[in-house]
Amino acid sequence: MECKQVTRLAVPKTYKLYIGGKFPRSESGRTYEVLSKKGAFLANAALASRKDARDAVVAARAALAGWSGATGYNRGQVLYRIAELLEGRREQFAEELISSEGLTKAAAAKQVDTAIDAWVWYAGWADKYVQVAGNGNPVSGPYFNLSTPEPTGVVAIVAPQSGESLLGLVAVVAPAILAGNTVVVVASESAPLAAINLSEVLATSDVPGGVVNILTGSPKEIAPWLAGHADVNALDLAGAEGLDWVYLQVIAADTLKRVLPPVTGAPAPSLERIVAFTETKTVWHTKSLI
Amino acid sequence: MDLIGADLTEKSLKLHLEGLPGVDAVGLEQRAAGLGTRSIKTTSKAWALDTIIKLIDLTTLEGADTPGKVRSLVAKAVNPDPSDPSTPRVAAVCVYGDMVPSAVEALGSSWSNGKDDGINVAAVATAFPSGRASLAVKLADTADAVANGADEIDMVIDRGAFLAGKYGIVFDQIVAVKEACRRADGTYAHLKVILETGELNTYDNVRKASWLSILAGGDFIKTSTGKVAPAATLPVTLLMLEVVRDWHKLTGERIGVKPAGGIRSSKDAIKYLVTVAETVGEEWLQPHLFRFGASSLLNDVLLQRQKLTTGRYSGPDYVTID
Repeated sequence: MECKQVTRLAVPKTYKLYIGGKFPRSESGRTYEVLSKKGAFLANAALASRKDARDAVVAARAALAGWSGATGYNRGQVLYRIAELLEGRREQFAEELISSEGLTKAAAAKQVDTAIDAWVWYAGWADKYVQVAGNGNPVSGPYFNLSTPEPTGVVAIVAPQSGESLLGLVAVVAPAILAGNTVVVVASESAPLAAINLSEVLATSDVPGGVVNILTGSPKEIAPWLAGHADVNALDLAGAEGLDWVYLQVIAADTLKRVLPPVTGAPAPSLERIVAFTETKTVWHTKSLI
Repeated sequence: MDLIGADLTEKSLKLHLEGLPGVDAVGLEQRAAGLGTRSIKTTSKAWALDTIIKLIDLTTLEGADTPGKVRSLVAKAVNPDPSDPSTPRVAAVCVYGDMVPSAVEALGSSWSNGKDDGINVAAVATAFPSGRASLAVKLADTADAVANGADEIDMVIDRGAFLAGKYGIVFDQIVAVKEACRRADGTYAHLKVILETGELNTYDNVRKASWLSILAGGDFIKTSTGKVAPAATLPVTLLMLEVVRDWHKLTGERIGVKPAGGIRSSKDAIKYLVTVAETVGEEWLQPHLFRFGASSLLNDVLLQRQKLTTGRYSGPDYVTID
């Protein structure tokens, strides 16, 4: 067939949420417009509601036993696999950062590379942080006394909201899931596209469904529901600078959550962020079972 | 027996049951799906949640049950949410026959013992869940549970005989078990007849078995043992409610319905409430006419209830584990 002048219709992508390993639309049916730095229309993203947040917590809770029960070595391999897949999609991520954040080509490439390196850096810690954060305690008696860090549980995270939308997300999600926690993360409101693309990488990289749940929408609307949710064990307010985060801390205290305060920009990779969402368990064990 | 239009014989019973109109399966499922789409919010939801609790037969039917497990079940039945004393009590606890004395003892003054207020003790009997035992054993099983204080008996029908078309055997067994429910003082323990719809294969069979059980004198018809998948489904429950409605029109007698097994969320339970109200009327939303056989459902209802009172999502750490 000969068609000389065919106008091909572009196929735009539907950006959805990532909950329990699936890509649902918002339960509320709402969407919001994502604009480029210059104000041009980029896409419609799902505007998550409190019920999406609730569903995400259910998914995260269901995934917790399997993920926290995996060996650190195994979790490290899975995190490294994320880096591998991200490496294969560097250009796509860079292009999107250019359009959504208005970055130069070089700055966008740098952010993607830094994000990939962060996954690799954290992957390396997966089977090592226990040795650093845990201890064999000296006791006067025929006992071993061992302290080991255990995952806190379901962690709700407000991802950094200003700039570095990909790196900011990776910098808060990677340390939390590395220790065996499962997370519900509210992505950058103004630049959520990198987060949704990252969820496609996560869905195809051996991360069990429900370990990372990504919501797009208004942190102002969703964060109070997550902070007050009794089935959430910890709250990372990294990107909550613009919110009434003292109030969020207060309602989180009602259910004894571990809380991290807001930070400026994407937090640098650190052992502290891994240990922040662990609980130290100390056990006694007799030496004399012979 | 005017209802079946002839003297009661194996043949007339068979003719009657096989003469029942066939079930429109597609229509039934669509009707059930339609009833499941209602949105129940705010004050209606609060009412629905409390009603669900009042209709629950809190159940433990495990081989590993112990008197201790039954005591903790009873504690939960009496006081489902210790953080909120306004929470209503459940209708009954449902246990194996040998656990009846433990349940009665643990209930103490909360035990209904034939009165209207208080919590009933229901016992599964007749070689639950398979029903594969001789009639003598089934009757002894039933009589023993009643003698120990069971207010309600959940019996299983002989599905093998039913599916083989031997309706007379099934009928006679239900009649005999009903007689075994007689207490020393001449009153009867309530008899719930479990059809085990998951093994009956067709909706037509469910309709036949429902009629059969009601004709034989069952006070309640119950969907499932909870040991066979699929357990209770909305279409099957709707169908059984329709039989109950027809029976009420015919005789004025009110028969109860108990879906059991597989109802785990408040959302599902509310669909059942809507179905009951729309099929037989709101009058049936009372413990002596409708029950949920469930164990994990109560926790979900309590979580939803806490969400309504506090305005925040609750979690499983805030209800008792069982």
